Amino acid sequence: MPKITVDEDVCKGCEMCVDACPRQLIALDKTKVNSKGYHPAKLVKPDECTGCRSCAIMCPDVAITVEV
Amino acid sequence: MGEKVLMKGNEALAEAAIVAGCKHFFGYPITPQTEVAAYMSKRLPKIGGVYLQAESEVASINMVLGASASGVRVMTSTSSPGLSLMSEGISYIAGSDLPALIINVQRGGPGLGGIQPSQADYWQATRSSGHGDFHMLVFAPSTVQEMVDLVSDAFTLGDKYRMPAMILSDGMLGQMMEPVVIPESRNDEPPEKSWAACGHQNEREHNVVNSLYIEPHVLEDLVRERFEKYSEIKRTEQRAEEYMMDDAEIVIVAYGASSRVSRSAIDTARKEGIKVGMIRPITLWPYPDKYIGEAIPKAKVFLVVEMSMGQMIDDVKLAVNGERPVEFYGRTGGVIPTPREIHQKVMELAEGVKQ
Amino acid sequence: MTVTFTKPHALTDIPFHYCPGCTHGIVHRLVAEVIDELGIEGKTVGVASVGCSVFAYNYFNCDMVQAPHGRAPAVATGVKRARPEDVVFTYQGDGDLAAIGMGETVHAAARGENITVIFINNAIYGMTGGQMAPTTLPGQITQTTPYGRDVKLAGYPIRVCELLSSIDGVASAQRVTVDTVKNVNVAKKAIKKAFQYQLEGLGYNIVEVVSTCPTNWGLTPKDAVKWLQDNMLPYYPLGTYRDVKEGIL
Repeated sequence: MPKITVDEDVCKGCEMCVDACPRQLIALDKTKVNSKGYHPAKLVKPDECTGCRSCAIMCPDVAITVEV
Repeated sequence: MGEKVLMKGNEALAEAAIVAGCKHFFGYPITPQTEVAAYMSKRLPKIGGVYLQAESEVASINMVLGASASGVRVMTSTSSPGLSLMSEGISYIAGSDLPALIINVQRGGPGLGGIQPSQADYWQATRSSGHGDFHMLVFAPSTVQEMVDLVSDAFTLGDKYRMPAMILSDGMLGQMMEPVVIPESRNDEPPEKSWAACGHQNEREHNVVNSLYIEPHVLEDLVRERFEKYSEIKRTEQRAEEYMMDDAEIVIVAYGASSRVSRSAIDTARKEGIKVGMIRPITLWPYPDKYIGEAIPKAKVFLVVEMSMGQMIDDVKLAVNGERPVEFYGRTGGVIPTPREIHQKVMELAEGVKQ
Repeated sequence: MTVTFTKPHALTDIPFHYCPGCTHGIVHRLVAEVIDELGIEGKTVGVASVGCSVFAYNYFNCDMVQAPHGRAPAVATGVKRARPEDVVFTYQGDGDLAAIGMGETVHAAARGENITVIFINNAIYGMTGGQMAPTTLPGQITQTTPYGRDVKLAGYPIRVCELLSSIDGVASAQRVTVDTVKNVNVAKKAIKKAFQYQLEGLGYNIVEVVSTCPTNWGLTPKDAVKWLQDNMLPYYPLGTYRDVKEGIL
């Protein structure tokens, strides 16, 4: 099943991935704060991920890895 | 050993650079050094080298930076106003620990000035070639043969110490024709430049040629390291010629064109029994203060002769350190002093010495 | 499981210092992906400029040279003329390329210098805190145009692709943006072409990437993308302004 992995310490919480995901499967994880002070992005509905890579393509920090 | 030929200073300089293995020249025309570029534009394409006329001296010095960063021997040539444009690039070259040869064929200044020879860029060459704490090697030829010899040394030492080198010439030396022997081949092996940014070929970590060190402590350490190198150079690379110095009471200190004129004045004065001699700096940085120091005991007065309002005199005064009077004779604006004027000054000082 | 998207080899592991949502990061990645796909990392030399991307030499795995502000095309010329077999690119912002470096830009293009220039146009000076750039739009508020850019006082923005497209030495001049997945893919193709044409020795190549600066525009990354679409794209139309192989001259 396709999934994404977000490098939480590199993520800057910019939400470009959140906007890019065609199925709105990503949100900032407000329960976490990374070492830079940002809420990292999180795949909140992993079952619906198609591995389209839109999030990774729009991520300015190369924080997302996609696997299928 | 090559044969002896008659050559113009600017052209001999260019040929010497080629023999030393420099096949890359980036420059912009400016009087009185345009012959260097013209010569290079004819010779370099014939030997697989690169001659590129840049759009300005700003562009020229940056092309020099790029080529040097990639590991090749490279040079540019200009005259005083063009050197001002190169200040930024020279600072970056020094701050990136890159070798490069820069020729300044000095002319009258400041501003657009004139096209006749001067020595008014001494401070610029030795003190303020660009912003920041750094030095470059500065050589002062006084004959066409010396131009040839010093070009070779400038490349060798520049590569050895990883710093820019300048040949501080002037319009007179650049234009004059003298017999000269150009060596047939270079006198050193090309050094390995493992630091160069030339493509890592997937065989090593990537090289970064850079002068930005945003952490103050890192930058301070780097600059201090450079200055230790400079101290070593000051100890070992000072050069000067001593002319009639064995018993000299009046010591002329002059370089380049003024040294040639002074030599004639000394010859005349010696015939009249005046004990005058000359220390002719060949390196302006490192300044040959050792030679000045050795002359102090016998000397009664130093006379600095320059084609400027007095710039090198600062270094002479530093070296003399108050032990003896330091006098000055200078012409500026492109005027070359005559042997007679200098002889006259020497006679005045000789009167003073007698009293 | 197969990995279908990961960091390209031509990028180092050092995290970018750019602001959240800054499109520099996307473009760095595209350049690195292209270098990987063309297999040229070993013979590539990048020239970093001065601006927010001044630390580019930390992010790319190829050999890098730091240039003074505006001088990257001249430094790149020096590298390329000394090492013609190397692939040489510059990465410059709008101040670097079109203000202080305009002379070097135009003349490298005129010489048909066989290099690839990546030009980040975000209509503002980022690193120094948001001053007017040569590409700042009329009426746009910046730190040095606090009442909005008045063309009577501060002149007009420069459209670099259009300007360079009249020069015969230019092999390709393309304007792209990175506001959507589709446009990022188009941008990548353009960057690849700009490197490919260098490999074919065709001349000077520039890819102008219309980009955002959320911090200095005073907008969130998402709103910055919208501002780009509404304001910058009408002034800086996307497209190919010169392509010697496609006959666009």
